[in-house]
Amino acid sequence: MNLLFGRLGWTDTPFAELIAHPSVNTAVASGAAGLVILGALVTTVLLTRYRLWVPLFRDWLTSVDHKKIGVMYIVLALVMMSRGVAEGAVMRAQQGTALAGGFLSADHFAQLFSTHGTIMIFFVAVPMIVGLINIAVPLQIGARDMAFPVMNQVSLGLTASGAALMMISLVIGQFATGGWTNYPPYTGLAFNPGVGPDYWLWAILISGVGSMLSGINFAVTIYKKRAPGMHYMRMTLFTWTSLCTAIMLIYAMPPLTVSSAMLALDRLLGFHFFTNDLGGNMMNYANIFWMFGHPEVYVLVLPAYGVWSEVASTFSGKTLYGYTSLVLATMAIAVISFTVWLHHFFTMGQSSSVNIAFGIATMVIAVPTGVKVYDWMATLWRGRIRLTVPMIYLLGFFMLFVIGGMTGMILANPSIDYQVHNSTFLVAHFHNVLIPGVLYGVLAGIHYWFPKVFGFRLDERLGRVTAGLWVVGFSLTFFPLYVLGLMGMPRRLPDFDDSAYGPWVTVAGIGALVVLAALAMIFFTFWYSIRHRDRFAVPLGDPWDGRTLEWSVAAPAPEWNFARLPQVRQVDDFWRAKQDGRAYAPIEEYEDIVMPRSTAFGLVIAVASFCMGFGIIWHIWWFAALGFVAIPAAMIFRVFRTDTERTIPAAEVREKTEAWLAAVHAATPVTRDEEDTPANRGRAVFEGNPA
Amino acid sequence: MSDNLHPGINLGADHGSDHAGAEATVFGFWVFLMSDLITFGVFFATYAAASDVVGRAGGPGPLELFNLTSVGLQTAILLISSLTCGFSALAVKYKEGVAKVTFWLAVTALLGLAFLALEIKDFADMAAKGGAPTRSGWLSSLWALVGLHGLHITVGILWASVMMALILRRGENHHTKRLMLMFGLYWHFLDLIWIGIFSVVFLGGLA
Repeated sequence: MNLLFGRLGWTDTPFAELIAHPSVNTAVASGAAGLVILGALVTTVLLTRYRLWVPLFRDWLTSVDHKKIGVMYIVLALVMMSRGVAEGAVMRAQQGTALAGGFLSADHFAQLFSTHGTIMIFFVAVPMIVGLINIAVPLQIGARDMAFPVMNQVSLGLTASGAALMMISLVIGQFATGGWTNYPPYTGLAFNPGVGPDYWLWAILISGVGSMLSGINFAVTIYKKRAPGMHYMRMTLFTWTSLCTAIMLIYAMPPLTVSSAMLALDRLLGFHFFTNDLGGNMMNYANIFWMFGHPEVYVLVLPAYGVWSEVASTFSGKTLYGYTSLVLATMAIAVISFTVWLHHFFTMGQSSSVNIAFGIATMVIAVPTGVKVYDWMATLWRGRIRLTVPMIYLLGFFMLFVIGGMTGMILANPSIDYQVHNSTFLVAHFHNVLIPGVLYGVLAGIHYWFPKVFGFRLDERLGRVTAGLWVVGFSLTFFPLYVLGLMGMPRRLPDFDDSAYGPWVTVAGIGALVVLAALAMIFFTFWYSIRHRDRFAVPLGDPWDGRTLEWSVAAPAPEWNFARLPQVRQVDDFWRAKQDGRAYAPIEEYEDIVMPRSTAFGLVIAVASFCMGFGIIWHIWWFAALGFVAIPAAMIFRVFRTDTERTIPAAEVREKTEAWLAAVHAATPVTRDEEDTPANRGRAVFEGNPA
Repeated sequence: MSDNLHPGINLGADHGSDHAGAEATVFGFWVFLMSDLITFGVFFATYAAASDVVGRAGGPGPLELFNLTSVGLQTAILLISSLTCGFSALAVKYKEGVAKVTFWLAVTALLGLAFLALEIKDFADMAAKGGAPTRSGWLSSLWALVGLHGLHITVGILWASVMMALILRRGENHHTKRLMLMFGLYWHFLDLIWIGIFSVVFLGGLA
């Protein structure tokens, strides 16, 4: 322990461990750390080689444009997902070879399942959802930006700062071994004096504040920035689900922040919130954590439901069936989700009547969810269905998610939960709702909105292969875990000697390979589509015969989104406008548009919060203090700035808009048969309601 | 334009576009306060759950540790500071000039400092009597709850100070007026939380 480096020493890297104890286990850890370093180096070299540092800083890192911030969220999520999936595959490999002795130490395996869960929830699912909301919601409600564009950048910065702590834990020190929930007293000072739990705590605390701010931003944007005529019951379902998610973030993030802060106080200052002695109460941690944790599940899945609503309606050419019931179901889920948290610890010793109450509440949630599934199916009924990539994900979702929901009903019954809790049955269940529910939804959403952000479509053929691989990969990997769970296999098991598990873990291992292939295919689809972007270009902005406002502008959407704020008359306003011939109407009068100026504020907050977190984790107090002081200092500096806005002159808006409108009117519209051909430039033949 | 775009303090139609323009910001701040209320709520709940024999773990309790005179004085100071904070908001609303606004802000910040000084002294006394947060779960939750409020007050004092500098430098414009509206909400909110702490922790503890 010294003043300059706290408890950080030269031996705190996996490389030192590898030299001291050479084994496959330490080699894997070093390999992972090496990959992080290599990734950082390659990125640095490429950015330098192609002279991209300045554009990266000027056009992206300092941008306050909601679309760019959304893209950065999703890029962050994809990077983190690559690590999360790789960790999942390594765990499958360990269990697949467990009967032959395996290759990882139990401690290393524990780090893997802890980082895997933490990353997948907080640094993949959350940024993906937040990214999609960022991209789509302002466009869907007819707004030029978020309510608080700079705060939006700060949210991204805090999320990235937490993600950076996760990544650096691979190279310096070790991550927690207490699972993604970091339960004390195991993660308390008495049992875990090292840096692991601190890495978890500060990654979560910092990114958690970012998520809460995102929630405020989304809610205020949707409440206050809607275009004229965009009444609540004319909003898209994605906007509705985003609103509910925002409200849930506002109420659900504080408990997580509090439980983490309390555990941090226990660890840093010797408090007794969750210790075994002197009046600590670890059950209180479980309560507070899951007050966040359960709503979080719906924070993630509701926007995915929103994507399904958009996809089902657009790709069957029909107005959403049961719009009102979908809105009510969304609200119902958002409310009920706050009343079920106890089902995460039925076995913790409370009375059976308490368990029953929460069990019933849990089952009740299936009702609005069921309403939604039927509404989507009814939307497809007799529609003009095109089996595009998002639709394939939707079909996969229909089949797989319903199975996941059913096993949720099984787990909601406390007496059954007593039998299967803490087994791989549970692991299978939550992957079964999160992968087909959230991940497929996000991937469908990316495919759907990609052309709006970048101006070209993603390759359909490759996208279909990817979707197919995800469906097969998921099924092979996780269905065996149901069987294993019923056979009594506990979750988080690094090794076992029951040969009956053998065949099932082998199948799951093969499934993990398919999932790896699906992940690779995502990146290959991006690469291929970018290379052939001319063929996929849809500059006119409406590649899918869209129904909602975001499709009524050019692709990529201009910085100001709408040259003139739209006047909304009904649900599916853009589709109605195409029907009435109101679409693409000339604009008589252009106005100057005031937009927020780019700023490095979010970046400064990100770096400062990272320094603070890293300093506290390693007890490098001067470093922590530096970061801690830099945050208010940056805020005060910012508050004295006056040149925070810039005006885009009407002439510039006119020039761009008129050029686009001229191209729209000159273009030959395409029918839906030509949707995935190069003929599709983003102008659709109006085909009316399906016969 | 309606006079009451959002509940609580607002600028009023006299302020023209500043009034309308403040709406989203002030609404957003209300939402933030709701979120902050949940944060305090969880600390309150934890405090309540730790307020028993098990939570005290044989350590000192309210009778040994609480100084109701000091707490009463703190309450009075904070309530008066809410009044002076209200005066500064009214000075903005009725355009009474920068001098009045900053004067009442300064009084508010000084009262906040007095509150904080008494609170810190109470904490020190408690620690001297064996009531440090490391002694028991109950004391941990007490220090965390009251300390979190104190931390908010500290931020509020910093905010008021920056606010004064900003208003003296830039005068009253749409930006500083918005910050003033939010500061008012923030400070009154802390008063509300303190009333909760006073009733639940101190009066409840000694009852």
